Amino acid sequence: MSVSLVNGSYIIAGLLFILALAGLSKHETSRRGNILGAIGMGVALVFVILGVIFGTQENLGGGVALVTQQAAPAWAIAVIIAALAIGAILGVLKARSVEMTGMPELIALFHSFVGLAAVLVGWVTYFEMAAAGSFDGLHCGELFVGVFIGAVTFTGSIIAYLKLSAKISSKPLMLPAHNVLNLGAIVVFLLLTVLFVLYPEGGLGLLLLVAVTVLALLLGLHLVASIGGGDMPVVISMLNSYSGWAAAASGFTLDNNLLIITGALVGSSGAYLSFIMCKAMNRDFISVIAGGFGSDGAVKGEEKDYGEHREISAAEAADALIHAGSVVITPGYGMAVAQAQNAVADLTAKLRAKGVNVRFGIHPVAGRLPGHMNVLLAEAKVPYDIVLEMDEINDDLADTDIVLVIGANDTVNPAAAEDPGSPIAGMPVLEVWKADQVIVFKRSMATGYAGVQNPLFFKENAAMLFGDAKERVEDIIKAF
Amino acid sequence: MIIGIPKESLATETRVAATPKSVAQLLKLGYGVQIESGAGEKAAFPDEAYTAAGAEIVTRELAWSAPIVAKINAPTDDEIALAQEGATLISLIAAPRSPELLEKLAARKLTVLAMDSVPRISRAQSLDVISSMANIGGYRAVIEAAHEFGSFFTGQVTAAGKVPPAHVFVSGTGVAGLAAIGTARSLGAIVKATDIRAETAEQVESMGAEFVAVESGESQQSSDGYAKEATEDYAAAAARMYARQVPEQDIIITTAQIPGRPAPRLISAEMVATMKPGSVIVDMAASSGGNVEGSVADEVVTTANGVKIIGYSDLPGRLPTQASQLFATNIVNLMKLITTGKDGQLTLDLEDVVQRGMLVAQAGEVTFPPPAVSVSAAPAAAPAAAEVAAKPEKKPTDPRLLYAGAAVIALLALALFWVSPSSLLGHFMVLMLSVVIGFYVIGNVSHSLHTPLMSVTNAISGIIVVGCLVGLTFFDKSAGFNLSNILILVLSAAGILLASINVFGGFTVTGRMLKMFRKEG
Repeated sequence: MSVSLVNGSYIIAGLLFILALAGLSKHETSRRGNILGAIGMGVALVFVILGVIFGTQENLGGGVALVTQQAAPAWAIAVIIAALAIGAILGVLKARSVEMTGMPELIALFHSFVGLAAVLVGWVTYFEMAAAGSFDGLHCGELFVGVFIGAVTFTGSIIAYLKLSAKISSKPLMLPAHNVLNLGAIVVFLLLTVLFVLYPEGGLGLLLLVAVTVLALLLGLHLVASIGGGDMPVVISMLNSYSGWAAAASGFTLDNNLLIITGALVGSSGAYLSFIMCKAMNRDFISVIAGGFGSDGAVKGEEKDYGEHREISAAEAADALIHAGSVVITPGYGMAVAQAQNAVADLTAKLRAKGVNVRFGIHPVAGRLPGHMNVLLAEAKVPYDIVLEMDEINDDLADTDIVLVIGANDTVNPAAAEDPGSPIAGMPVLEVWKADQVIVFKRSMATGYAGVQNPLFFKENAAMLFGDAKERVEDIIKAF
Repeated sequence: MIIGIPKESLATETRVAATPKSVAQLLKLGYGVQIESGAGEKAAFPDEAYTAAGAEIVTRELAWSAPIVAKINAPTDDEIALAQEGATLISLIAAPRSPELLEKLAARKLTVLAMDSVPRISRAQSLDVISSMANIGGYRAVIEAAHEFGSFFTGQVTAAGKVPPAHVFVSGTGVAGLAAIGTARSLGAIVKATDIRAETAEQVESMGAEFVAVESGESQQSSDGYAKEATEDYAAAAARMYARQVPEQDIIITTAQIPGRPAPRLISAEMVATMKPGSVIVDMAASSGGNVEGSVADEVVTTANGVKIIGYSDLPGRLPTQASQLFATNIVNLMKLITTGKDGQLTLDLEDVVQRGMLVAQAGEVTFPPPAVSVSAAPAAAPAAAEVAAKPEKKPTDPRLLYAGAAVIALLALALFWVSPSSLLGHFMVLMLSVVIGFYVIGNVSHSLHTPLMSVTNAISGIIVVGCLVGLTFFDKSAGFNLSNILILVLSAAGILLASINVFGGFTVTGRMLKMFRKEG
């Protein structure tokens, strides 16, 4: 098969990937975008596999062809098909069965696969070079970088997965001088790269490759472990970006433009997404990525007396809701944890049937993944035109009769706007306290991820409805 | 603590300071409530309703002996004698006009919170009875006028002929005036309104009425939310405006009051004489001197040319149930403010301008008038706001520095390119262009699509599978299954497996998510 055909398929796949990302930025075109992406992937896979099966030749003219790749033996083809099939079955099964609330974990886990695959590509290339006995300094450098980024992505994503699925504590790990550790790891990596480019052969080369892999694995571990659970939306999109860069680095190693294009697309879009997230939280992009936001630890004003909170019963809340003209619901991670999205959607439908104007206000970093709340509400069949962004709804909150805060805490904290000494000062928040009445669904009076007390709960117009969000919402529906 | 609610002693008073609903709210704040038997009768709240809400029905003496007494009107001398020394009294006082009453209250060592001395700041609106009563008064003024008026408010074309709409003129557009405008508009009348405060024109227009300005080039901006007395020049201009407007009107409602002073005279007897017979004037300020010449407090006067001038001073009381409900809610809001612990213990905070403003007597001292409070909407507040806004401004970077930085980076890049092999540069170009495309393509992504976008990019980054496939071809057939070949085989196969989970899982899950997003209808 002509190598030009394979390279041509790369062009088509690259263009389709660009169209896929562009399509995904609007609701109307999003499904088409996904399909175009899948087609692009299909095209690339088919031609690459054909190339592997039949080998590739470059036509030099005059009937002379240069074999650029030998045809693979039958058993290799069997291995490919088996690995692809197993991967496809596992992937589709997992994708079909995952709960929408478990989305952040799944995506984190998927990122780790890309990272690990990039490491494997690097190692395979190294063994190939070693077997052929021809080391090329440039490719060695690229290979090294690819392994490094891949390994950081791998352990980073694993830690993110563990934190998100609550298998380990989501509190930031605070090693002394963690910035020095991170910086030191990068300096060591640069030194190792130089050494590897100079001495890739033999035992030393292999040792260097092992060393860089271990170093990067540890760095990824430390990077994400030192980021708190509240910053997870940023971390996920940052890891998404890393996985792209890892793929791009593999593309350099293998002289494969498709990998470079795709990796760069994913890398830059992921970076941009993290940047948007950081802006939404009023955090410094660099300090989140470098890890350890809020590392100053000491939360100010913890002993401050906020007064007492008031409680409200589900029946009272139901009564207030029926008589309200406009209601805004601001969900947070607590809604996801309690799996309350269907109950909330049911409540919304019932209230709308009674003529109450119900809308949703979504904070950009609500949940543990960018857009997490939107996905959950969409799953529960809440029409997306009543689901508004923070900026769209904030001005209307003052004219709203009742705000239901369901499992949100830091994103509705007035301290961000009112207390310059607060650790979340300056972060834009949903100004729910401006509404006539605020009902807060919460398990207890514990603090949110930022570890900051929320003066909202003690405001005159706020009342607490304690308990599991799902059960409480169902109680309200029963009380109608 | 116990809150006593006595029956109003004023014979014409129909309202009561607590309703069954407010009783429940007071109980929730930790108070006990004792209500004099029959207190809510005229407002259609029977004793049983109070009992059902959790209050205790008691005698007059017992209600007055409570440590907190809440009522509508200022107490009479007898009532002051009934109250316990040191008790807290909450009621209307009309403090500026009744210095003797304040002395008597102080002499009895009562702590007195005057419901009609609430400062006009937004935070205090929930306890401002002047506003809540004015709202009812404005509504009732239109209803009283409609009762006396011989025609429809709304214009109609009927089989029996065409009916023109009524023309209503509202003078003074405070809460009462705006309520009157709203009511008259909803009955179908054509409404015009005026006020000495030209800033209210927008509110008037928002209620659907036309604002008629007084053309004197002078306007008041009040710092306390109330109107002040006008200058002579302005008065002359206003008189010219009224002389022009009055003859055209069917209904005129005047609401102009100045705190602590007689009401301004807006409409003279001559102007009234120019009106059509059957026209109606409601003078809501009749009890404090009247805006209209010839109005008599609490009476309906018919002039020689057949114009009726209504001077009722108890307009809110004519809606006793509603008025009691709002008044009682204002009291509940006051109790919320001064019961910080929600434990039925009253704690006054004299640093709070609202509480300080309402406190007219305490511990034997008359504490009226309070230090001045300025309404936040007044122009004086503007410079402070500007200062705050100016502070967090970031200093822009010097453009020369930026250019210099760019030049340094360009030179470094050039140097780097010089030593790089051309194949690397080709890849590098592809990388850079793709990075730029990546930024632009998702630049406008809708927030709700962040998760699907991330999962699709995740699926796409599964393209690393291509790298693993290519890696498998490194298998050196001539060498057979030696260590290096086995490693290549195993590692590549593992990579293919992992990456294909990403590819297939990623696209599937994205599709699943996108299917859920739906628009209504």
